[in-house]
Amino acid sequence: MNARTPAVVVDGVSKTFALPHERVHTLKERVLHPLRRTTTDTLHALREVSFAVAPGEFFGIVGRNGSGKSTLLKCMAGIYSTDRGQIYLDGRLSAFIELGVGFSMDLPARDNVIINATMLGLSPREARRRVEAVVDFAELGEFVDLKLKNYSSGMLVRLAFAVMIQVDADILLIDEVLAVGDAAFQQKCFDEFVRIREAGRTILLVTHDMGAVHRFCDRAMLLERGRIVAVDEPDVVGNRYLEINFSETARNDAEHQRAPGSTERMGDGNAEILEAWFENEAGERVTVLPVGGRCSFAARVRFVAAVDDPLFGVVLQNDRRDTVLAASTLWSNPTPGRFSPGQEIDYLVSFDNLLVPGRYHATPAVARQGGGIAWIDRRERLVSVLVSGPSRTDAVVELPYEVHVRPATGSPAPTEVPS
Amino acid sequence: MPRASIGAPIKGPSALGSDPRRLWNLTRTLAVSDFKLRFFGSALGYLWQLVRPLLLFGVLYVVFTQVIRIGGDVELYPVALLLGVVCFTFFSEATGGAVGSLVEREALIRKVEFPRLAVPLSSVLTAVLNVALNLVAVLVFLLIAGGRVRLSWLEVPFLVLALALFAAGLGMLLSALYVRYRDVKPIWEVALQILFYGSPIFYPIDAVAERSELAAKLLMLNPFAAILQQARHALVAPSHPSAAEAIGGTLPLLAPVAIGVAVIALGYRTFSRRAPHIAEEL
Repeated sequence: MNARTPAVVVDGVSKTFALPHERVHTLKERVLHPLRRTTTDTLHALREVSFAVAPGEFFGIVGRNGSGKSTLLKCMAGIYSTDRGQIYLDGRLSAFIELGVGFSMDLPARDNVIINATMLGLSPREARRRVEAVVDFAELGEFVDLKLKNYSSGMLVRLAFAVMIQVDADILLIDEVLAVGDAAFQQKCFDEFVRIREAGRTILLVTHDMGAVHRFCDRAMLLERGRIVAVDEPDVVGNRYLEINFSETARNDAEHQRAPGSTERMGDGNAEILEAWFENEAGERVTVLPVGGRCSFAARVRFVAAVDDPLFGVVLQNDRRDTVLAASTLWSNPTPGRFSPGQEIDYLVSFDNLLVPGRYHATPAVARQGGGIAWIDRRERLVSVLVSGPSRTDAVVELPYEVHVRPATGSPAPTEVPS
Repeated sequence: MPRASIGAPIKGPSALGSDPRRLWNLTRTLAVSDFKLRFFGSALGYLWQLVRPLLLFGVLYVVFTQVIRIGGDVELYPVALLLGVVCFTFFSEATGGAVGSLVEREALIRKVEFPRLAVPLSSVLTAVLNVALNLVAVLVFLLIAGGRVRLSWLEVPFLVLALALFAAGLGMLLSALYVRYRDVKPIWEVALQILFYGSPIFYPIDAVAERSELAAKLLMLNPFAAILQQARHALVAPSHPSAAEAIGGTLPLLAPVAIGVAVIALGYRTFSRRAPHIAEEL
């Protein structure tokens, strides 16, 4: 725990929503169907969420859609009440869930700045005093008396953001407001956040954008189905986020691929490849592999007839069908022995995961050695695995490398330029 | 744990919020911007705010002085009628605006933390700004019609305040209910029509009392009717019976006062109970 008093403490917060199946909106419905109880589903948006944020920290909250991150934000902002648990804030908090809340298109910018700033917590007098500063920051000085409906959307966003940063708060809650605006504007926003943070204020950013989390956050928290999955360094949380995101996709894909006969099969049938899978470093079957670790491809083979010294192998291809790995027992273990009918074996191909993030398809094969290759069983693209992690390059694989800069050997010493 | 040093936990959304100044600031800002927006783009602008009650007044005046002849023997009947129309317009604007206010300001309520009460109160405050303008017109008419300046005019601002509070009580109640039950709005529109004919607006309360003392007293149980009657007594001419005279004494006058206070209390209670959950239910 940080020695200083945390700026934000969230202690065991739970929040449920009752989702009615049939919403009774009118009294007539009530009167006509007095006995029909509206059945409700309970949605647990947040379950026992606890964490603390140190003052001056840039804290990221990430999660997929429906993970509860916006609910958490609204609880902290005081828009939703919590069902259980407490939230403690050390200092004044401002929440920016949307830019330009309460803007009226028919009023001039000046009035809107005052309304918006008052909504966000300034007194009207203070708001009036800061109109100039806001307009200057937004670079809209000459348009201050223009009605908002005549503003371009870019000008609107600039104005709204300028109001937002004028509001003094010790703790800022920001919910994906940066999704709007062009890249240059987003950069300006982030520059401003960095400046605010350097002024010692605390920022909590709710986002999908792992790039922003990597670049700006000191720590991040991952929510999934209302629970905290991880509170850690942004890189660690980012990887967990991608894993969760892609394992869901992988599961969906697997369901689509269950159609029989969808994979091409070749061979004489003296042995059968029953199944294949990927394992992580710990030997667990996974559908998602993190970048960097040690991992294995494995396949289970049952022999139908007696086979002497077969060859086991696998070809790994990326989505573009580039072969990134062709492994077999041809060189490493050419004489695995004799296998009798009914015998089942697993073979494992272990490798360091130097693959870049993406989906990879494995084609396992069992073959007879000799002149040319005679397939006993080969199953085209039987399984796939998703490699997840931050992508640094768009190379096919990420070979480990070092870069050195040294003086060229044998080259003449730099000559002085005569003056 | 450092929890002890960080102070009390936040309370979540509420009707009043923690800072009454903020409630007032917001109510005022919302009301003023509403007022500015109301007649935006119309050629006559604020004048419409005067024209509407004047038109209704004109129609009623012609009907009830030339056709039906109700107000013939009432002192300064036209001004009394105008005052009734202005008060009713105010009351129906304040409550009618407040009913849907929470739903209309959904975006605000779901995105920003602020005392929820500011929303229906700002609807009432907008109506107060309008009625202030209209009362000036009433005064002008009164002086033209031969009314005399009297000290009792000073009662009028307090009566308007009382009417505004009553409207705010109803506004709190109705707006909180409307979030859940969307029939509240049409029901309230009908209720306002009943109120129009059930209050001594175009007929003098004396005319009712001549037929039935009891009926007149029952009508005066309505806080709106009581306030309006008192305003006529104070503003238009002393020959208009005061609220106490119309209901039969100071003690019976406590009945409409009690009803008004009860409505305000019920409205506030309902609203502050619903306030923490309004953002979720919208």
